[in-house]
Amino acid sequence: MAEASRAQRRISPAAMDSVASPELQEARRWFAGMVLARHFEEEAERAFRRGKIGGYLHVYTGQEAVAAGWLAELRDDDIFFTAYRDHAHALLRGSPPGAVMAELFGKATGVAKGKGGSMHLFDVPRGFYGGYGIVGGHIPLATGAAYALRYTGTDRVCLCFLGDGAMNGGAFHEPANMAGLWGREGLCPIVYIVENNQYGMGTSVERASAVPDLASRFAAYAIEHERADGSDFLAVRRLARRTIERVRSTGRPYAVEMRTFRFAGHGAADLFQPYRSKDEIAQARHHDPIPILERQLREAGLLTEADVVRIHEEAAAAVAEAVRYAEESPEPPASDLDTDTHA
Amino acid sequence: MPELTYRDALRTTLIEEMDRDRAVILLGEDIGLYQGTFRVTADLLDRYGPQRVIDTPISELGFIGAAIGMAMLGLRPVVEVMTWNFSLLALDQIVNNAAKVRYFSGGQVDVPLVIRGPNGAGVQLSAQHSQSLEAIYGHIPGLYVVAPATPADAKGLLRTAIRGRDPVIFLENAALYGLKGEVAADPDFALPFGRAEVVRRGRDVTIVAYSRMLHVALAASERLGAEGIQAEVVNLRTLRPLDTRAIVASVGRTHRAVVVQEQWRLFGAAAEIAASIYEQAFDQLDAPVERVTGADVPMPYARNLELLAVPHEEDIIRAVKKTLYKT
Repeated sequence: MAEASRAQRRISPAAMDSVASPELQEARRWFAGMVLARHFEEEAERAFRRGKIGGYLHVYTGQEAVAAGWLAELRDDDIFFTAYRDHAHALLRGSPPGAVMAELFGKATGVAKGKGGSMHLFDVPRGFYGGYGIVGGHIPLATGAAYALRYTGTDRVCLCFLGDGAMNGGAFHEPANMAGLWGREGLCPIVYIVENNQYGMGTSVERASAVPDLASRFAAYAIEHERADGSDFLAVRRLARRTIERVRSTGRPYAVEMRTFRFAGHGAADLFQPYRSKDEIAQARHHDPIPILERQLREAGLLTEADVVRIHEEAAAAVAEAVRYAEESPEPPASDLDTDTHA
Repeated sequence: MPELTYRDALRTTLIEEMDRDRAVILLGEDIGLYQGTFRVTADLLDRYGPQRVIDTPISELGFIGAAIGMAMLGLRPVVEVMTWNFSLLALDQIVNNAAKVRYFSGGQVDVPLVIRGPNGAGVQLSAQHSQSLEAIYGHIPGLYVVAPATPADAKGLLRTAIRGRDPVIFLENAALYGLKGEVAADPDFALPFGRAEVVRRGRDVTIVAYSRMLHVALAASERLGAEGIQAEVVNLRTLRPLDTRAIVASVGRTHRAVVVQEQWRLFGAAAEIAASIYEQAFDQLDAPVERVTGADVPMPYARNLELLAVPHEEDIIRAVKKTLYKT
């Protein structure tokens, strides 16, 4: 099974044709971004264990191709929202790794001045509207934001990343219904990107959703939808391009269920993962998006082994620099306690 | 000055602000075609069209959350909740998103959102549709909580709410929609938040009230006046921020205080106000602060029981006399 899926992912001449050469060239940059995100998350887990990061820590290892594939197609003036597994989204959108790490460390130089932490990364100048900790709670915000983009006469679009676990709450169903209604008038340019990593914390999709085909559930709200593999960056990106162009031109919502795999536990405290077997985790690693893209790029002659080594070294160095920056940054001053409650 | 009803004070303010700024849009259940449950939005769908006057499904969580997202993107949504009772369905959105997103983003977003609708006891609406929820919202940092008692308050405070940059819990009262009063014709007339008004001068006792209870307090003070007791009545206008300075100044003149609220007694606005008086004017007091509150029960349906569950003039008069040791 794993062998078969690997074979399918071998880049075919047809796929080469469908991705223009500049995009493949550019894929090297996104490969480097995914590698950076991977190193960042691994280092964040170590920093958590060293007591440098407090609270909760939810890492994105295994899912990188989803954020990378979609953000690769997002225009600079477009916007996006996500939940609390949000570090890679910020990094791949271009937030400085030092400012992201500093936020995790609770420092004044963090992207949210140390007031949000891991779950509440924000970078509004880059169109990143957060980072939310209540499962599904950001879906209504993203839906209203999409309406505002169209109401003000722009062709900007909004991406709303959400987890499989978020689809069983009212905060999913109510805005999805409104998006279906507003979409009739071309007033809701949003893509709901369900990052189906198979588990809502420790409860599998099969145990939580009466209809495990999550994409199909959007049919209830007249939102067009599809399921796709979220481990293959090039495929995700092609889907993203097609979808974003369509949403931009129609103003209608679209939904995509991305099948993906979370290699780590739900959060840093989820060490033993009693709800899934070691074998299952090992199987998931066959879908690691980073070696998949590496193989595709090497087969296309765009990446050598030396390039790969260098990219990993650069990522490790950038993350080490981010940690140094975070550690050396000052804590927020006491005077920051009660600022930003009101304008 | 022209006279307007409380309802028309609200409605004309919506019109003035929508004419002034295309970012102001309305959302809510049956605010358009139906003309609004209490007709505050009557005719506005015709005036502004369905993109600006959005009839929503019955999805409080969904449309309040969507309005927060709109506000973060620069619109100025004014959401009508048919009554504040239904806002509980959206409590997570209000408390965890609207109130906090400026803070946890490190100040990267504004949330210029107004949520308005009637709060407080109705007439035989029973337990789920007849409650005062100001203490729930007054507890939350990041929100403004506003409770106009008069048509002028309604207009002046709604204008400030709409032109602001933060979420405002705007608590109207169904019993007041028909109330008439003088309202400035100035299309920029606005009342600042956190500024209470002394609506009746008196030397013997301070009565602090807001929303509909202001009128009950004023009626009680008229009757007290006939008995030679001169009550000073303070209309709070906003609960968050709370104008403790005005309250303390009044208590400094009268040395006695009665705080009136319609809601349940425990952990209510009156407890907060009384605590502020004790903290800031303890030496001024000649008697303990009295609280007049609703009964500590879900609202009953039967009219006789319902009347026992909400404060009346007699309750305020009794409390005032207690502070004067005239029982």
